[in-house]
Amino acid sequence: MKELFVEEIISAVEKLCIDANYDLGSDIMTGFHKALKEERSPLGIEVLERLIENAEIAHQERVPMCQDTGMAVFFVEIGQDLHVVGGDLTEAINEGVRRGYDLGYLRKSVVKDPFERVNTGDNTPAVIHYDIVPGDSLHLVVAPKGFGSENMGGLKMCKPSEGLEGAMQFVVDTVERAGGNPCPPIIVGVGVGGTMEKATFLAKKSLLREVGKHNPEERLAKIEKELLDRVNRLGIGPQGFGGITTALAVNLEVYPTHIAGMPVAVNIGCHATRHKEITLQGRVIK
Amino acid sequence: MSEAIHLETPLTQDKVKGLRAGDNVLISGVIYTGRDAAHKKMVEALEQGTDLPFAMKDQMIYFVGPTPAKPGQVIGSAGPTTSGRMDAYSPKLIAEGLTGMIGKGLRSPEVIEAMKKHGAVYFGAIGGAGALIAKRIVSAEVIAYPELGPEAVRRLVVKDFPVIVIIDHEGNNLYDLGKAQYKRA
Repeated sequence: MKELFVEEIISAVEKLCIDANYDLGSDIMTGFHKALKEERSPLGIEVLERLIENAEIAHQERVPMCQDTGMAVFFVEIGQDLHVVGGDLTEAINEGVRRGYDLGYLRKSVVKDPFERVNTGDNTPAVIHYDIVPGDSLHLVVAPKGFGSENMGGLKMCKPSEGLEGAMQFVVDTVERAGGNPCPPIIVGVGVGGTMEKATFLAKKSLLREVGKHNPEERLAKIEKELLDRVNRLGIGPQGFGGITTALAVNLEVYPTHIAGMPVAVNIGCHATRHKEITLQGRVIK
Repeated sequence: MSEAIHLETPLTQDKVKGLRAGDNVLISGVIYTGRDAAHKKMVEALEQGTDLPFAMKDQMIYFVGPTPAKPGQVIGSAGPTTSGRMDAYSPKLIAEGLTGMIGKGLRSPEVIEAMKKHGAVYFGAIGGAGALIAKRIVSAEVIAYPELGPEAVRRLVVKDFPVIVIIDHEGNNLYDLGKAQYKRA
């Protein structure tokens, strides 16, 4: 059994929120450079060059790469042999968000109520997904999610008879409908199976995968490659100005489902699909 | 990539008529910011007959909600937001004389009709390039609705602010033209 003080969690969350918004992942930068070699549209090439320059400015000057610094989404894995002490874990994460968004000059984009729409002023509350796992450490992933891309996702409760082709067509149609809105080149997160909420969760979580890495299961990797090809044939291109780079990656995750259903969820990540993570080790209780 | 067109604001009708979908443009001069909540307030002001934050004639609105400026910065990161959320309001402002909008993403047929009728241009700034775009903003001043925070109306002075003409005053649309050009079966 180990214990972890909430202060340590607060500081870690504060730093993760800031770093995620200032430093674009090297996998996406590699994706931009690869796309730059392949893109044929002059406007598309110009956009990719400016996106690379933008990410470099954000990193060097320690400023947010995008003004939509997102709603803070967390994936938290708590080791079952870890004891969080000194306060409430959820409150500690929210306090970290509060401090990070303040000290990092990040935009506060959260409203308290979806109907009344008054800004909470500190970007809380975060959206937190908890999972209890074996072990005695705490793994935190923050993925600030902008809503230009979030708004363009979708869910379809497909009939099993629609099969793989039906699921794939829904993914392609969702990307086509989104057009330039979600800031292409995008990362397409796809979750298939489970229940309604499980599929959307898988789609969101798949956005954390490193760009360029495929699903370890061969048959699923093959579907990802075919989907990426179909999406990039749409012609939408960087920023929707036309081109062959509409998506940098399609990430597919699946889960067992019910005999009567096939939920298919698509969660789109923009070209600034941000995430940072840390593992906090507890201290042995004396 | 075509040579950039240097455009000075205000965006008068002659200048509107000279721009075509796909043109690469660098804007210099005064532009105003406004997004969801500010648009709602401006249209309510029009309906109630009260003053707008600025006279619309020949002006441009940039759909943006910047991050807070760090000490020493003119403005924080300031890329465009999705324009479609302003579709319900834009035709009313275009009818008042607004000639330019800068944002990202698709517009409704109603907005395009108003642009053709009154003469207006829709420009795309690069979504998600907020750090880069901020460098082209020379000054920023909140002129209305400060209570809206990032959504307040700001008067910006910009220098060589990079945009692409998405929809011109004849309704030609780069999103359709560009996609058709690069679509593969």
